[in-house]
Amino acid sequence: MKELRLMKGNEAVAEAAIRAGADGYFGYPITPQTEVIEYLFAEKPYERTGMVVLQAESEVAAINMVYGGASCGKKVMTSSSSPGISLKQEGISYIAGAELPCLIVNVVRSGPGLGTIQPAQSDYFQSVKGGGHGDYRLIVLAPSSVQEMSDFVPLAFDLAFKYRTPALIISDGLIGQMMEKVELFDQIPRLTDEEVIKRHPWATNGKPVGGERRILTSLDLDPHKLESHNWHLQAKYKTIEENEVRFEMLHCEDAEYIIVAYGSSARIAQKSIQLAREKGIKVGLLRPITLWPFPKKPIDELTKRGIKGFLSVEMSAGQMIEDVKLVVEGRTKVEHFGRYGGVIHSPEQVLEALEQKIIGG
Amino acid sequence: MSEITLQDIIKPENLVYKKTSLMTNKALSYCPGCGHGTTHRLIMEVIEELGKENETIGVAPVGCSVLAYEFMNVDMQEAAHGRAPALATAIKRLWPGKVVFTYQGDGDLAAIGTAETIHACNRGEKIVIVFINNGIYGMTGGQMAPTTLPGMKTATSPYGRDVATMGNPLKMTELVATLPGTYYVTRQSVQTPAAVRKAKKAIKKAFQNQLDDKPGVSFIEVVSNCNSGWKMEPVQSNTWMEENMFPFYQIGDLKVDGKLIDR
Amino acid sequence: MAKVKGDIVIDIEKCKGCEVCIAACPNSVIAMSKKVNGKGYHYSEKVNDECIGCANCAIVCPDGVITVYKVKI
Repeated sequence: MKELRLMKGNEAVAEAAIRAGADGYFGYPITPQTEVIEYLFAEKPYERTGMVVLQAESEVAAINMVYGGASCGKKVMTSSSSPGISLKQEGISYIAGAELPCLIVNVVRSGPGLGTIQPAQSDYFQSVKGGGHGDYRLIVLAPSSVQEMSDFVPLAFDLAFKYRTPALIISDGLIGQMMEKVELFDQIPRLTDEEVIKRHPWATNGKPVGGERRILTSLDLDPHKLESHNWHLQAKYKTIEENEVRFEMLHCEDAEYIIVAYGSSARIAQKSIQLAREKGIKVGLLRPITLWPFPKKPIDELTKRGIKGFLSVEMSAGQMIEDVKLVVEGRTKVEHFGRYGGVIHSPEQVLEALEQKIIGG
Repeated sequence: MSEITLQDIIKPENLVYKKTSLMTNKALSYCPGCGHGTTHRLIMEVIEELGKENETIGVAPVGCSVLAYEFMNVDMQEAAHGRAPALATAIKRLWPGKVVFTYQGDGDLAAIGTAETIHACNRGEKIVIVFINNGIYGMTGGQMAPTTLPGMKTATSPYGRDVATMGNPLKMTELVATLPGTYYVTRQSVQTPAAVRKAKKAIKKAFQNQLDDKPGVSFIEVVSNCNSGWKMEPVQSNTWMEENMFPFYQIGDLKVDGKLIDR
Repeated sequence: MAKVKGDIVIDIEKCKGCEVCIAACPNSVIAMSKKVNGKGYHYSEKVNDECIGCANCAIVCPDGVITVYKVKI
């Protein structure tokens, strides 16, 4: 019998971190995700599993603590919201370059700049197109329920360690703050020090007796070697693209129009689709679960099938729409709709946009 | 008395001093005469003498010693500029039985890394922080550092550091000594044999503190020359350092066993 | 009283000619060679037999190029 609990999205992430056997959490308060660190301190996971929880002096310090912890082979994570994630970009680039596993959670709020504390989906570019400097990609998972806020934590860690790359869970203030029923998964035991040493021979946790020292760096002043390293990273990203795409399709079998939406927008769009179908409009939802790797194949197949238009619904000025357009390649209509600046669109507004921009126009 | 020939003296059993095997065989990338090389070697000697080469994790900075991991034969991580104390914090908290140290220059520790330095010290992390202060940014071509002396000419203070517009030099060591989270705070140098012997004692004390699980950071500043940045010959730069840097950055212990020293 | 005789071996290819060892030696054993090594640096060399194996030169050398030996005579 699984444990059921009514929880906020942020709390679900925190509880999941403990249950996923995380070794350390390093974070800093920022609205709308501060419940993550508050829950962790209240729960005393250092007594439950020995997990380290530390409030860092800044988001910059926190991501660098994650960098240090990841370098020595431990399962570590941080969380923040948009402006704090901006602060972490340098650290994330270093972690990606040094090929280290870790989890970053972004509970998105509206920007740019200090913006507001209300939800948005305007960090798509930051998450999927880089954010930090250099040629790297993050595995980006987009939960659209509190259940997924919980389930995606162990999934993200697994993917991060499988590919030795940072993973990002991109949520938003709506999911972070709302309360839903969660079925909590059973405790995954933390690895012992010996298991860490055995499983991760690349980790810097003390030179093996009689062995060579390990160096973890993203620096190489020989451009030929750095190019090779970059080729290696690109090959890794290609493997991830081939194997780790995740998405959900609802009501697409007979659809003539498709809404592409993730996170909160996907929840809202489900209602829009119900309203549309009541009016006889055959519309379906394609919900990317991994924003990177992006679900190109299903969008391409839908396009080939003859979909008359895609509406990218995002609480932003339109970021994911560019990736939809890249796949569609002009073969059919692609438009964006979304309220932003912290305003959340209603199902009726989404339907109206579908009618005006895709069906009508 | 029989004549002693060279062959008689140069034998393994007569060895007095050899560079520690914990320094790799790579030629150091530092300028001739630079204190980095000496300090690297002292740290590695101490680690070897304490028998901790398999338990040590070092965190390298950004600066001239960005390549410290090429020369130190222990597990090492490359930190982003200024962030080494944050990395070290996590490593030590996740692997409390290991020996963890950072090695940082003046830009790394006292400019971009000021927050990470102060907060690691404030939290009393049980790590060793080694701070090389040569009053200049060597790696990037000799710009002004937070530790550059008033009137000192650098690439970004070509007419001399003007405190009215550029501020005064920052004494990070004095600052962190006032924090309860620091256990041992000292300032040393490595330009003469006597100084080297004292510096090594200090470094050994710092690492021994960590082995003894003493509460707090052991913070060692090493005032060093930078003959390239200061545009002098190595020996000349050491003399200049003694005459100009030492009166401002006074050599000696500031805090021992958690207690401030009356200086 | 036992006397001590020392000797040093200098890795001349790693020496960078900084001359810090020269000032450190109590017996003026070391001087700069007129020749240069593969990197173009003048390197340190022993110029007399007064070495007492105190290792001052070795411990102050930034590049650790000096190895020191001594015997009691």
